[in-house]
Amino acid sequence: MRTVMTGNYASAYGAKLAKVEVIAAYPITPQTSIVEKLAEFVSTGELRAKFIPVESEHSAMAACIAAETAGARTYTATSSHGLTLMHEVLMWASGARLPIVMTNVSRAMAPPWSVWVDHMDSIAQRDTGWLQFFCESNQEILDTIIMAYKVCESSGVMLPAMVIEDAFILSHTSEPVSVPDQELVNSFLPAYAPEYKIEVGKPMGFGSLVKPDQYMEFRYKAMLGMKEARDRFLSVEQEFKHIFGREYGGLLEHYRCDDAEVVLACAGSVASTAKDVVDSLRARGIRVGLARIRAFRPFPHQEFRALGAKVDGIAVLDRSYTFGAAGAMFTEVKASAYSGQNRPIIKNYIAGLGGRDITPKIIEKVFEDIQLVTKRREEPDVEWVDVAGLPRRWR
Amino acid sequence: MTKSYEELPLTPISTEPSTINLTGLWRVIRPVVDKEKCKKCKICWKFCPDAAIKLVDGEPVIDLRYCKGCGICAFECPQKCIIMVREDEA
Amino acid sequence: MIEVRFHGRGGQGVVIASEVLALAAFKMGFEVSSFPFFGVERRGAPVTAFARIDKKPIRNRSSIYEPDYVVVLDSGLLKGVDVLEGLKPGGKVLINYPQAKKLEGLPDKYSYFVLDATSVAAAHGIGSRSTPIVNTAIMGGFAKMCDLISLDAIMASIRELAPVKEEANVAAAKEAYERTVEAKV
Repeated sequence: MRTVMTGNYASAYGAKLAKVEVIAAYPITPQTSIVEKLAEFVSTGELRAKFIPVESEHSAMAACIAAETAGARTYTATSSHGLTLMHEVLMWASGARLPIVMTNVSRAMAPPWSVWVDHMDSIAQRDTGWLQFFCESNQEILDTIIMAYKVCESSGVMLPAMVIEDAFILSHTSEPVSVPDQELVNSFLPAYAPEYKIEVGKPMGFGSLVKPDQYMEFRYKAMLGMKEARDRFLSVEQEFKHIFGREYGGLLEHYRCDDAEVVLACAGSVASTAKDVVDSLRARGIRVGLARIRAFRPFPHQEFRALGAKVDGIAVLDRSYTFGAAGAMFTEVKASAYSGQNRPIIKNYIAGLGGRDITPKIIEKVFEDIQLVTKRREEPDVEWVDVAGLPRRWR
Repeated sequence: MTKSYEELPLTPISTEPSTINLTGLWRVIRPVVDKEKCKKCKICWKFCPDAAIKLVDGEPVIDLRYCKGCGICAFECPQKCIIMVREDEA
Repeated sequence: MIEVRFHGRGGQGVVIASEVLALAAFKMGFEVSSFPFFGVERRGAPVTAFARIDKKPIRNRSSIYEPDYVVVLDSGLLKGVDVLEGLKPGGKVLINYPQAKKLEGLPDKYSYFVLDATSVAAAHGIGSRSTPIVNTAIMGGFAKMCDLISLDAIMASIRELAPVKEEANVAAAKEAYERTVEAKV
């Protein structure tokens, strides 16, 4: 069935089709309609699941951890301050190797108070051991939730995943989405069957103290899980394509990169607008491309190493900023691309914070600028885009 | 003996209950109950942080496999009928 | 591609109006995208919503600055909010406005359509006197103003999206379609 729905409903439908068994959530703008829709599915019996309303996001994740430990497939959704309140227990979920899937409606952190999009909340969780998938469309949100369960529940992975949708730009935008048949999803995604779980009458201890002589071995295993997630994600997406006919290009989507001189690297909904810009520049004979970061964790290092060997310049657009350093995506892209022989010029653009619109014109100017600095072989500074008071005009 | 990462489960999981840890080995003083003075009020049993006091016919019996010798029972006993005795003198 | 901007107040159903249009266009075979811009999310505060309609998939996720159509759900917003901002030359404007009153002080480079959606909504028992929910009526008027979108598609879309009183909302749209007229300025 193809119909029109918001990104938030796409999340709710994704969780429903994945037949989640426990949902624990606390409402926060702009995530609310995800859990409202799921609560409706549970109340009408369309989804056989336990819905646990809790008193905070920390509790929401704690409840998911408990349910997942008991062998249930669990789901939650949050945003910005809710996500950062979860921080401690996010670490617990990954360390305990629980394949929970969560939607984060990515929203700016306060102050200044804001309900609009940027990626600061998600990026601030990059070291929690969660897989992180940035989405470009409502269809991708729905599909990624279903794929995420399959990747995360693989025995070699057993890590949680965050599916990220941009606040309002996806969460509250209505657009066509194909909702796959439940039978097809069932054939793709088997029931969750963990190796260990809490069971009545079978006492076991979870999360016990591990002394320095053995701690690193467990961390090493989690690292291997994330490494495995990389390959598993690629094979799961191929399987998904075979059944549902859709794919999104692996961890790093390459859009018209083949003979590109410069490319734009970015994540989330801005990539969608950027594709229109790439097409219009290509129509004028300008060789540009787009590298869309779908997975921030595991990061597509190999893909960027290969891309860096082919292009002269990479513009990395971060919708967040790591104070005292640079954009987090920029740091990763540069680390990957600079391990090769050919070192492209890489410049960081900080844009779209707190819901500031990133217009096609701004993206076009980013392309113009990266072409210019690439030609000059400059080592460029981080540039903040469209900030009132700075000399450069972007609009 | 440190195990190879390959031998370990994904996350620390113990299949044995925590009763395998005989915490009584940590003890340097032990509680001794004066059965004559005991009123069977069960306050010691309620306060023991290690559940190392069992009630036998209402009377407290210390499970020395687990008692760490913390002395909370002796402190709380309203009859003062529990005294802490040095292990090497018990 | 056509781009539409909606102006209204919190509580009037501005966001649903944009969704009704998107779903109607989708039912007619178009690709669509509709999205709100919330300021302070309060009843009575000005709210803007947007819609894009095209023959090919819509990828532009930037806001709409130069719409082809503007829909004003509350004529009180004509003061205070520049509802015509960026409207393309030759653009069309639909205003919820008492038909007996003359539209004044608007530039003549645009075409204006008026509809007393407040009366239509009230006649069909939609919303209350202090907060008439005019979104379904106004979308009937939109079908009259915009040749691309049929009244049938608008009515089918309303039937799917109205949370209550589906038939009253559909009837309001139908009556509004009949009552929408082009106005001279």
